[in-house]
Amino acid sequence: MMRPDLDIIQHWIAPGSRVLDLGCGDGSLLEYLKTNKNISDTGLEIDERNIQGCLSKGVNVIQQDLNKSLKNFSDKSFDTVLLTQTLQAVNYPDVLIDEMLRIGKNCIVTFPNFGNWRSRWYLFWKGRMPVSNFMPYQWYNTPNIHFCTVRDFDELCRERNIKVITRTVVDHKHQGNWYIRMWPNLLGETAIYHISR
Amino acid sequence: MPKTIPENSVGIVTPQCLHFDEPLILRSGKSIASYDLMVETYGTLNAARSNGILICHALSGDHHAAGYHKEADAKPGWWDSCIGPGKPIDTNKFFVVCLNNLGGCAGSTGPTSINPETGKFYGPDFPVVTVRDWVNSQKRLMERLGINQWAAIVGGSLGGMQVMRWAISYPDKLRNAIMIAVAPKLSAQNIAFNEVARQSITADPHFHEGRYLEHGTYPKKGVMLARMVGHITYLSDSAMREKFGKAAEAMTTDAIKSNFGRDLSSGKLSFGLDTDFQVERYLHYQGERFSERFDANTYLLMTKALDYFDPTVDFDGNLSKAFANSTCRFLLMSFSSDWRFPPERSREIVDALLEARKQVTYLEIEADQGHDAFLLPVPRYMEAFGTYLQRVSDEVNS
Repeated sequence: MMRPDLDIIQHWIAPGSRVLDLGCGDGSLLEYLKTNKNISDTGLEIDERNIQGCLSKGVNVIQQDLNKSLKNFSDKSFDTVLLTQTLQAVNYPDVLIDEMLRIGKNCIVTFPNFGNWRSRWYLFWKGRMPVSNFMPYQWYNTPNIHFCTVRDFDELCRERNIKVITRTVVDHKHQGNWYIRMWPNLLGETAIYHISR
Repeated sequence: MPKTIPENSVGIVTPQCLHFDEPLILRSGKSIASYDLMVETYGTLNAARSNGILICHALSGDHHAAGYHKEADAKPGWWDSCIGPGKPIDTNKFFVVCLNNLGGCAGSTGPTSINPETGKFYGPDFPVVTVRDWVNSQKRLMERLGINQWAAIVGGSLGGMQVMRWAISYPDKLRNAIMIAVAPKLSAQNIAFNEVARQSITADPHFHEGRYLEHGTYPKKGVMLARMVGHITYLSDSAMREKFGKAAEAMTTDAIKSNFGRDLSSGKLSFGLDTDFQVERYLHYQGERFSERFDANTYLLMTKALDYFDPTVDFDGNLSKAFANSTCRFLLMSFSSDWRFPPERSREIVDALLEARKQVTYLEIEADQGHDAFLLPVPRYMEAFGTYLQRVSDEVNS
C-alpha cells in the first residue's frame, strides 16, 4: 500500500518530467512514478540497504549525503524535486529547501506535523517527548532532529518568499476532511507542500 | 593448483586468436595494416544476440579474465571473482567477451609480435595506441562476433576509460556502461607515477632502446621497479598495515600491535642493505613475477595510453558535452580507500553525466583495499554489481 502522502503527490507530477527524489529510500516512489508517469528518475540515498533496493528496482540512485553540498546539481535541472518525510532529519532544513528550489522548477516537501494533537496531548500530559507508532524513537536516538509544525513551515515559506502552490494535510486514514482542512496544524499528521520560487 | 575447479568457475577455457586484415588507423596518424586479437568468451550468446558483455582490461590485464587454461593452473583469470556462474557477471545469463588489447603482450599484436614489414620484433616501433584505438579495434571484434549491441561494457581503472570511450564514440552500441574505480583523465600525480615507472624501464641497461628482444635479453630490473611503484599505488596504507602486520597482530601488547605493518622478514634487523621488512620482500616478489610475464614495451605503451586519455579533448574540455549523445545507462562504483583514482574522480564523471541529463547510478563502496578493491570480492560491491546486472539480464533475456 502506498503511503497517503505519496498517493497525493503523484498527482502533482507531470508525465514525462524529470524528478529528483532526495532521500529516495528503496526507490519505491520513483519506481511507481517511472511506471505510471514515465518520469526520468534520479534518487539520492546514503543507506546501503536502501541503495540495494533501488538497484533491484532499476531506479537510478546516486550515493550522496543531503547534509553535504548539492552543488553538483545545476539550476533548474529537474522539473520536480521531492523530499518526503526527510526534512526533519537533515542538518539544515532551510538550506536544503533553498537548494531544492534552486535545482527544481517546483518542489514537493512532506513532513510529520509535530503540531498534531497527539504530540501536543503527549507532551502536555506526560511532559515527555512524544513516542508513537508514527514517531517511534526516543529523544536521544531519533534521526529526526528538526521537527516542525504546519504553522512553522508556513512561516518559513513567508520569510523566504517561497510560493506555496498547494498545501495538503492528512492523517493516516482520512484525507481532505473538512475538519482537517479547518484545523490542519491540530489534526494533520503529515503535511504535504507543493512549493516553488 | 586448484584441487578441483570450483563450481562457480567457468572451468577450463580456451582462448582464440582472431585475425583482422583491414588496416586500423590510429589516433597518432599511424596505422596497423593487420593485427591479431586474443579473445576469451564465457557463457552463450542468446538467440537475439543481445546478452553480450564486453570486459575491458586495465594496465596489466589480458584476455584471460576467468576460469583456468588447464587443470594445473595455480590461479584463475584476473577477474574470476566477478565472472562465472552465479557471480555478478553471471555466465549463465550473459555471453562474456574479454580480449587482450592491441599493444599487449598476451597474444594480441604488440611489441613482442613480428613486424611483417621488417621480419623483426616490433619492439619500440610498435605505434603508440590510445584508448580510442582500442575501442575502435573492439568495435571490429564486436562485428566479427555478430553482436549489434552490448548488454553492457564493463571495466575497472584503465578498463573503465575504454567503457567511457565506447559510450561517447559508439552511443548506440551499448545498453549499459559500467565503470569501476575510474577517473575522467589522469591527474598530474598519476602521470608522475607513470613517468617514474617508464624511467625505471628505459634506464635499465638491458633496455637497449627497446630492442632488448633482438639482444636476447629484457630489462627485468626496470620492469620490476615499475611494477613495484605501481603496486604501491594500488594498495592503501591500511591494506599494507594489515597485510604486513600479521605477526604483530598475533602478539598481545597493544604497543606491538600498532606496528603499522612493519613485520620483519627474517625476525631481526640486518643493519645492512638487505631486505628487513616483509613489505620489501613482497614488492620484490611481485615485481619479479610481473617482470617474467609482462613485456617492458607493452608496459610503456599502456602507461602512455593512460596518460593520453582525455575524453573531453574533442569537446572544449567539457566532459558533459562529451556525453551529449550517449544513450546508455551508467553505473559507476568507487572505493573509499582508493587514492589512485579516489571517489572524487568518479564523482566528476557522475556530475558530468547529471549535467548531461543521463541515467546514472553511483555507489561509493567502503573498502580498505585501495585501488585493487575492484578486483576483489568485497561483499557490498559484489552484491550491488550482481543486482544491477540482474536487471540488465531481465531486460535483454526476456
